[in-house]
Amino acid sequence: MTIDLFITCYNDTLFPDTGKAVVAVLERLGHRVAFRREQSCCGQMHYNTGYQSEAFPLLRNFVRTFADAEVICAPSSSCVAMIRDHFPKMAAASGDEKLVERVEEIVPRVFEFSEMLVDRLGVTDLGAYYPHTVTLHPSCHGLRSLGLGNKPRQLLERVRGLRLIELPEAEQCCGFGGTFAIKNADVSAAMLADKMRCVLNTGAEVCTATDNSCLMHIKGALSRMRTGVKCAHLAEILAASA
Amino acid sequence: MSVYVGHAAEAEAFPRAAETLVADTQLRRNVRHATDVIRRKRARVVDEVPDWEALRETGHAIKQHTLAHLDRYLEEFERNCTKAGGRVHWARDADEANRIIVDLIRATGESEVIKVKTMTSDEIRLNEALEAAGITPFETDLADLIVQLGEDKPSHIVVPALHRNRMEIREIFRRKMKLEHLGDKPEDLAAAARVYLREKFLSVPVAISGANFLVAETGSVVVVESEGNGRMCVSLPRVLISLVGIEKVVPRFEDLEVFLQLLPRSATGERMNPYNSIWTGVTPGDGPREFHVVLLDNGRTNVLRDDEASETLDCIRCGACLNACPVYRQTGGHAYGSVYGGPIGAILTPQLQAMQHSQSLPYASSLCGACYEVCPVKINIPEILVHLRAKAVEQGYEPWQERAAMKAASIALASGSRLEAAQKLARAMQWPFEHDGKLEHLPGMLASWTEFRDLDAVPGQSFREWWAERG
Ligand code: SF4
Repeated sequence: MTIDLFITCYNDTLFPDTGKAVVAVLERLGHRVAFRREQSCCGQMHYNTGYQSEAFPLLRNFVRTFADAEVICAPSSSCVAMIRDHFPKMAAASGDEKLVERVEEIVPRVFEFSEMLVDRLGVTDLGAYYPHTVTLHPSCHGLRSLGLGNKPRQLLERVRGLRLIELPEAEQCCGFGGTFAIKNADVSAAMLADKMRCVLNTGAEVCTATDNSCLMHIKGALSRMRTGVKCAHLAEILAASA
Repeated sequence: MSVYVGHAAEAEAFPRAAETLVADTQLRRNVRHATDVIRRKRARVVDEVPDWEALRETGHAIKQHTLAHLDRYLEEFERNCTKAGGRVHWARDADEANRIIVDLIRATGESEVIKVKTMTSDEIRLNEALEAAGITPFETDLADLIVQLGEDKPSHIVVPALHRNRMEIREIFRRKMKLEHLGDKPEDLAAAARVYLREKFLSVPVAISGANFLVAETGSVVVVESEGNGRMCVSLPRVLISLVGIEKVVPRFEDLEVFLQLLPRSATGERMNPYNSIWTGVTPGDGPREFHVVLLDNGRTNVLRDDEASETLDCIRCGACLNACPVYRQTGGHAYGSVYGGPIGAILTPQLQAMQHSQSLPYASSLCGACYEVCPVKINIPEILVHLRAKAVEQGYEPWQERAAMKAASIALASGSRLEAAQKLARAMQWPFEHDGKLEHLPGMLASWTEFRDLDAVPGQSFREWWAERG
């Protein structure tokens, strides 16, 4: 099967290692991976901040790029939530019947990375080896919009050498929320402080998630405080091998 | 028209108010502790209901149906309430409601009233209107009493004094009730409040209540509560005035079966409220001899007009979304500048009053979805927040720098090749700020990121460049 990557703009720019890890994992499973250069952004930041008309060209570009893709895999739960929860509504609001149809066709073919592995491909053991203690932050969009449930955990549990430590108050938001972190920096930082306390209490070496946007936020504080705790996207852990 | 929501129009913007509040360690501790306790209790009694999801669906459906036929059900309520000996008054806005209530009290010749917890009365600033008319209101709900005596503002729609711990409450009581040797145990405080309130219950002949529900079919009014003070207020006085938002009506008596399961479990984590008062008009020889219902619009019909946000009016004011909200948890309710705090406040206040007074509220959320998850009537709060953000942008309330940045980003992200160019540009521009692969001090709007957190520098090779090189 050919799996098309929607790498997402911020992963493309800021976290290329996550994309490389996704490629490694999917190729290890024997699939052909494709990357369409015309792809860019899902429009989440614009949409969630109230810039609906600025988000719209990004939706169009997405639909144009992936119109004939069989399955699309994105290593970002919040971007997949954007596509699934909001694309149909945005298309409907545009009044463009054709677009509504194309969005309707595309949306069911988009999978978040852990969904892709567990639901679509039916694998949980990727043969990974990662000899570290790890704690998992279940990103809000993964948890509540996509309902990923224990998929990320199932994948982590099969990694050799990895010891998973329960994150206390795991379901609390880390305080990122896109432009929320900028517009409400004080509250965002207060939320992040709570998350820090929980992550540090686990004693884990690595904090992982299905979304680099949460990890960027969490890592921002872990790094500022020089805690020495690392962040790694789930894909990077699953790509690691002996 | 003078629609207002408490003093929300003069309130500080959310981020500014929050900045002060997150620095208040005692407040954060109190709010965290109280919301944790209620959340745990709620989770326990919700998990034991096998058809909870179906109940939520039904609650939502009943509310949506009622809102679609609101005029019909309100008139049905009016007919049935009047038939049972009550009188119904219609108030277009806060000022009108205050005028009606003041006139009703004046007609009784009394100058004191007792009140049961009603956030709606805070919405219309009823206490201020009463005091201006020479009428003294006494709050009888324990939490409201704490707020009133402490000359404070409510911080939670169900537990208005949630931000206070018992040591602080003891101080307030000691000062205001002149009790030198008051202890700080819950029993001590409850006993002090009881003595203070009993006297009022027995001597003040006019009461003001809110309502949780109105039943169109029977003309009944429903108040649920935990303390029994409400029961006394609606049964002891000679005159009872109930102030109720028009969205509180439900069609049939039978509908209460759904809501009286959803509400107590969501609000206080109880299977049922200790006191459930339902009354219909007046009954000779029993309870008040004169009964008035003031139906309040105050912006609600405007909310109703907006298809994408009208489900805001489904709210049964259980407070579960406040307790679940990680933002509320850090700030408490005062940051929202309104009598309605937390996620529901962030969508309700800007819709009731003009957006220009509250454009910061729809942004007071990380959109984590915890509110939607617990809402007993399934109000999709995150979606309404985004809808209201779009309105704030459309009406031009967001800063020009942000608008410009968003426009530029929209252009830069509209295609793969443009993104590629933007990546190169970002890499070229970051060098003055880069240090050991990290960005620790960024200029402009991004400064509020680096105030608290580092940011990884844009790496030398993007994913797409790596992919191209890989061939
Ligand atoms: S919005 Fe929902 S959860 Fe929040 S107070 Fe209203 S009914 Fe309760």
